[in-house]
Amino acid sequence: MKGLAPIATVAVLLALVPFITASNAVLNFLVMAFLIALAGQGWNILGGYGGQYSFGHAAFFGTGTYVTAVLQVRYGMNAWLCFALGIAGGALVGAVIGGLSFRSGLRGSYFALVTLAFAEVLRIVASVAPITGAGVGTLIKLDLRPEAFQFQSRAPFYWVLLALLVVSLILTRIIEDSRFGAYLVALRENEDAAKALGVDTTLVKLGAMTISAAITAAAGGFYAQYFLFVDAGIAYGPWISVEALLAPIIGGVGTVFGPLLGALVIRTLGELTKIVAGDAPGLDLVIYGSVLVAVVAFAPRGIAGLIERVRGRLTPPAAPSLERSHG
Amino acid sequence: MVSSVILVPALLNGLMTGAVYALVALGLTLIYGVLHIINFAHGALLTAALFAAFFANKLLGIDPYVAALFLAPLFFGIGYALQRFVIGPAAHGEDRNILLVTLGLAVMIENALLYAFRADTRTINLSYAFDVVEIGNSFLAVPRVVAFGVVVAIAALLWFAMRWTDTGKAIRAVAKEKLGAELSGINVAHIYAVTFGLGTACLAVTACLLIPTYYVNPHAGNAFVLIAFTIVVLGGMGSVAGAMLGGLFVGVVESFSGLYLGESLGQIGIFVMFILVLLFRPSGLFGERA
Repeated sequence: MKGLAPIATVAVLLALVPFITASNAVLNFLVMAFLIALAGQGWNILGGYGGQYSFGHAAFFGTGTYVTAVLQVRYGMNAWLCFALGIAGGALVGAVIGGLSFRSGLRGSYFALVTLAFAEVLRIVASVAPITGAGVGTLIKLDLRPEAFQFQSRAPFYWVLLALLVVSLILTRIIEDSRFGAYLVALRENEDAAKALGVDTTLVKLGAMTISAAITAAAGGFYAQYFLFVDAGIAYGPWISVEALLAPIIGGVGTVFGPLLGALVIRTLGELTKIVAGDAPGLDLVIYGSVLVAVVAFAPRGIAGLIERVRGRLTPPAAPSLERSHG
Repeated sequence: MVSSVILVPALLNGLMTGAVYALVALGLTLIYGVLHIINFAHGALLTAALFAAFFANKLLGIDPYVAALFLAPLFFGIGYALQRFVIGPAAHGEDRNILLVTLGLAVMIENALLYAFRADTRTINLSYAFDVVEIGNSFLAVPRVVAFGVVVAIAALLWFAMRWTDTGKAIRAVAKEKLGAELSGINVAHIYAVTFGLGTACLAVTACLLIPTYYVNPHAGNAFVLIAFTIVVLGGMGSVAGAMLGGLFVGVVESFSGLYLGESLGQIGIFVMFILVLLFRPSGLFGERA
């Protein structure tokens, strides 16, 4: 399959990082970036390829986190199994929210609002329900065995997350080349036209939302294992909804590497501004916000779009770009 | 059943709270109705206005109700400039871009306030903040009664202005048919900015009405955003009367669900209502069918 070589190259290069440096700071940085890239890849499938902008991906991230943590702590189940169930739980929540909203024909800003509201409802429920530990949150017991999805050092965590990320990249690439992917792009470009041509748009959107939710839930489940603590603000808070959409938008919506690129840029920027801003709270986020505005103003198609544009200037334009349809 | 001794004050208090919600929603619905965008910076702008009202009192000793008289024009100017020189040009006319630009602005404003004033929660002390009036057998806080009156007056004023002034007519024309309005000589970019300015001015007044009994911190405005969205959707996006009725309705729902479900779960009533309305009647309870 075309396009797998770049993914393999990136995967191998990134997998080598722990051999080059044992610095926890570097690995921590990359883990956070990959986590956001993974959550963002989920968003990208629905928002980037399908054009359905969700403002509530926290609903899926949080479900992944809570299912992973709560099943372990309350029912003593195996962590890996809990993680898998967390992904399934996220997918289920995605299917339910998607089913409800797409059946009602919600589009554009209405869809964005309803996802936001669902995430908020889940956050409030999680902050009072006894099973989630309510306001106190849930602590996963320290148990540093690979069977318990916990490791002595950062490196194995890093590789597990990298593997998840690579799977999501490959999955995105497969979707890009599939009939399903073509339907998704078609309905993003013109939903009514796609429908008129016989695409079952509701079903396609529902499928995209379920896959999207599952990927973002995986990021949530990993978060629980890595930090061993969950509360309502972390799991269902707006921060992750924003990060999950910011990464692909800054990197390039509807591209395979967009979310990863965007997440690395956001995190680098975040670290740099933290150094510049010292301990001053908020200053880094002020720069965040300005970058978002600037990206939309000057590079509406993200970094990937910028790269394409620069490349287009360097090489003489070929025939009107039809590459994608030839796949 | 709970007796009327509790229900009547709960109803009245709900109406008072609802009036303030309605004013936040009025700004939002104006902006939505004309620009067809969801303004995610609304909460952050409200927070900024709360800080302005707070410091006007703390540093200059100006009563919040007096401050409203100059903060409203000031925030009109801020809103006008934001739309004319930032949001409009950055958005390239695409809805999703506007969404993102306002989101970016929200993050910027909120964190600039956090940076400048830290996360501390501040309140002001006014001699009349705890005065109450007795209506029937319920006691109502004076600032809340004042807020109620001001909001009703502003809603009425806006409603008349939209109907009978040239600017109001131009705003409605742009909302209905942008291209047609442009062809008949209306400066659309200017009308967009005026609308955004009006919406922002509503927030300045809201802040002045809230500050006597409320607090301010860099996240204070956020509490109102989803509620305002709910009201806007409920009242029909773009409808002034709908926002007013929707606001009062939501205030009462919140008051009663707080009574029956407790403080923290009480908020859920609003969101559940929001989701139900979005799913089953997205044109709103009072709006026209889309």
